[in-house]
Amino acid sequence: MSHDHEHDHDHHHDHGQDIPSDTALRVKALESLLIEKGLVDPAALDAVVDTYENKIGPRNGARIVARAWTDPDYKARLMGDATAAIAEMGYTGAQGEHMVVVENTPEVHNLVVCTLCSCYPWPVLGLPPVWYKSSAYRSRAVIEPRGVLNEFGLSVPDDVAVRVWDSTAEIRYLVLPERPAGTDGMDAEALAALVTRDAMVGVAKVAGPAAKEGA
Amino acid sequence: MQREQVAVLPGLPVDANGPVFAEPWQAQAFALTLKLCEAGHFTWAEWVETLSAVLREAPSDDGSAYYDHWLSALERLCVAKSLTEPRALDARVHAWAEAYRTTPHGQPVELQQASSVSRP
Repeated sequence: MSHDHEHDHDHHHDHGQDIPSDTALRVKALESLLIEKGLVDPAALDAVVDTYENKIGPRNGARIVARAWTDPDYKARLMGDATAAIAEMGYTGAQGEHMVVVENTPEVHNLVVCTLCSCYPWPVLGLPPVWYKSSAYRSRAVIEPRGVLNEFGLSVPDDVAVRVWDSTAEIRYLVLPERPAGTDGMDAEALAALVTRDAMVGVAKVAGPAAKEGA
Repeated sequence: MQREQVAVLPGLPVDANGPVFAEPWQAQAFALTLKLCEAGHFTWAEWVETLSAVLREAPSDDGSAYYDHWLSALERLCVAKSLTEPRALDARVHAWAEAYRTTPHGQPVELQQASSVSRP
């Protein structure tokens, strides 16, 4: 909390401290009531916050993609039972219980959305970016995916099919992007560094190491 | 005590679209939801249904108000599941506001102080 006395957007400044926003107070109210009732453990709440802020991000997904590119047996397992193949890498947890991997090819480009809210594969991609949660993305990705992809700077040729996958409370999707050209000699670790979150949601392609155009 | 530290953590990790959580309360609301579900107080399908309903009622936005909707949905589901009730929530919001108002600078804000300090 700020101790800046110049603040003037907060309501009361008698002798006490700056009062947090109404929203922050509502969270404190709910949290403190639930803790008192023994319904949640404060230490467990801290652990969740720390995990999602500091430990989980799209790097987990990038390692899965890079391994699939370099290990044909792993790729076969990943395409057959993504949940198990991802758990094999040690990435499990909330909202990763039922994963499906969809593969981009020269003929098919896959795009993931959650039209209802923002279901997203947290254990492999972390928490979703703001645009994924926006009403525009949620409503337009299904109706006009090519237009949405254009706005992300990705032009998909007419002879490439675009498939849109709508996440649900039960199923989460991860896009397996195409391995870029010019990466033949690279190992999985170097490849993982090329894989972006956007590519695994399907709004981008993975660019090659020389920062060449990802087309 | 650790919860107070979370509230002042500097430098959240930033990706191309900004920090994972824009403000600490968003992370707290997120964590509460996750833990209540894990403890079996509601199913994830029930949570998604409630959040979807709140989002449907909300005006279109760019995603920046997402956790506001998240919190509204969480309050709604907690009340529906009798984990708490609206009057208790309202009273507690006021108690926290009072605690901030009456706790001297530099001291941790605690609810107990609200009741003791506000009574002359």
